[in-house]
Amino acid sequence: MKPLMLKAFTASSCLGKGVAATWSSLLEQRSGLSLCEFETVDIVTHIGEVTGVDAVQLPEHLRKFDCRNNRLAELALLQDGFYAAVQAAAERWGRRRMGVFLGTSTAGILQTELAYRKRDPVSGALPPSFEYGTTHNSFSVADYIRQRCSLQGPAVAVSSACASSAKVFGSARRMIEAGLIDAALVGGVDSLCLTTLYGFRSLQLSSTAPCRPFDVARDGISIGEAAAFALLERVPDPLDDAAVLLLGIGESSDAYHMSAPHPEGLGARLAMQSALAAAALEPGDIDYINLHGTGTPSNDRSESQAVTSVFGPTTPCSSTKGATGHTLGAAGALEAVISALSLEHGLMPGGVNTTHIDPTLTAHYIKDNRRAPIRRVLSNSFGFGGTNCSLILGRAG
Amino acid sequence: MRLSAYVSGLGVLGPGFANWPEAEAVLTGRQPYRSAPAVLPMPAMLAAAERRRTGRVVKLALAIAQEATAHAGVDPQTLVSVFSSSGGDGQNCHELCLALSLAGREVSPTRFANSVHNAAAGYWSIGTGAMTESNVLCAFDASFTAGLLEALTQVAVDEAPILLVAYDSEYPQPLHAKRPIPDAFGVALVLTPQRRETSVAKVDAALTDLSYDRLTDPALEALRSECPAARSLPLLELLAQRRGGSAILEYLDVSRLEVRTEPCP
Repeated sequence: MKPLMLKAFTASSCLGKGVAATWSSLLEQRSGLSLCEFETVDIVTHIGEVTGVDAVQLPEHLRKFDCRNNRLAELALLQDGFYAAVQAAAERWGRRRMGVFLGTSTAGILQTELAYRKRDPVSGALPPSFEYGTTHNSFSVADYIRQRCSLQGPAVAVSSACASSAKVFGSARRMIEAGLIDAALVGGVDSLCLTTLYGFRSLQLSSTAPCRPFDVARDGISIGEAAAFALLERVPDPLDDAAVLLLGIGESSDAYHMSAPHPEGLGARLAMQSALAAAALEPGDIDYINLHGTGTPSNDRSESQAVTSVFGPTTPCSSTKGATGHTLGAAGALEAVISALSLEHGLMPGGVNTTHIDPTLTAHYIKDNRRAPIRRVLSNSFGFGGTNCSLILGRAG
Repeated sequence: MRLSAYVSGLGVLGPGFANWPEAEAVLTGRQPYRSAPAVLPMPAMLAAAERRRTGRVVKLALAIAQEATAHAGVDPQTLVSVFSSSGGDGQNCHELCLALSLAGREVSPTRFANSVHNAAAGYWSIGTGAMTESNVLCAFDASFTAGLLEALTQVAVDEAPILLVAYDSEYPQPLHAKRPIPDAFGVALVLTPQRRETSVAKVDAALTDLSYDRLTDPALEALRSECPAARSLPLLELLAQRRGGSAILEYLDVSRLEVRTEPCP
């Protein structure tokens, strides 16, 4: 594929708002996870909650979009000068020549969960104030950002569970390459809700402790929330050496099970191999792998096998989910931003919370931060339904 | 740039249509349109355990995907896919929200696994063994058009055949009052970069600001405006009638997608 440039990017998660706060948490190897006190949730688990989301106000003319997910989107949009970068791109390329591609798994479903508690005792009707299309519906976040940024090009929500906001890079790439648009606002936004907190628990996939990816005692995920965005454009000439490029994308399906990964990581392997092929790179060209690494026994086992089958046992890899939690539909974009920061700073973030690496996992998992020149990073995102996506990011020079 | 592809396989299911030949008969005027509740077949491609877990929206998506790939005479394992839907499984969503509103908050693990928007794509991959990529989209009422745009872009850029599956089904009350989709409706297209023996028409598409097409038959027009995936009907009408022309489909606010058709003789 033709590389694309990440002209601007930003991320907000439990690690902090914006890339500076995110990076300093990673440098300090600090986890943003805390004991769950979200809403009325009565289960013992740790979550990655973004502080201050409830206080965010959407602009008056977009109030019908008001819900936790769009507040989180708004909060993140205003960090790191990202909104201004989008406006500058819109002025340059034209508002119709900019697409919006956002990943989410649950969008604003919290709004519906709350509305169900307030059903009319006689008729069972939901409260009149409840808006479905601009909160619950998966498209709501893409629609919100499109209107908030006054963009008029194509827009879509990608909702393939926890691979959603990695796959948005693929949709944007194709539309830019086809010449339909000149720039794309891509990213992912997923926020805390009862569906995922109680749902993952029902599948016995969430841990009571902060998640410990690749640990011998790992016992599940910690759910987080995040919003992360990137502005993608064609590679300009001349190109700044410090620019971060999207070099490759690989996607596949497991064809195996709805909520369990392929035991040997076959689909994951196909995604990584196809990302390498798209980038015209060899496995040895990858300096660091940001794993999907959820901290469930099955994901880490199958992903480790897949990684080793493609890269062998020496390529350093880690999961940043011990720090951020599993931000589900936002994870792909959040980890793409973390990968971009790794490239900029020449540092591989070690996986936090992990104390004893599972000796049966053959991938080269790092617990401590490692300084090294990094030219290329591969980032994995996998989801329910057996959907897989690998991104390769690299430094221009 | 205009995006083009050959429509080489079709599947349709909705109120009053069990399949593409039945839709064709109505859209060519050979049969009057009579709305009747959509009948969704059990997905034979799934093992019994999985089949039991599938809701209406998955049954719908698998039925039309299977019809379109069979019509095209292509091996589903070779196709990348785009699945586009306005909402997921409405009944499943309702059951989850209901459970979460009651004391105890006992959520069914199967319902939770099935709540992902890509459930139909996941079951299609499991049922057919396709390990190819699948892009799963939502654009509210514009979901068919967004899916078509994504699929045509992918055919143009990657020069590979693709399966587009656009589908929606109804929510039960109380969500139905907030999102009144009346019934299940879906359409699947196999789009190929080259003409095949089964190709019905060559289509090419571009964004436009022209006003969108409506259908003359009031019952069909009601279907078009009430079921998101039925926003495809102006295009399906041209394909059924083997007519060259242009269908202007609703997309986002003032933006539309103009699809020109050139029938394959």
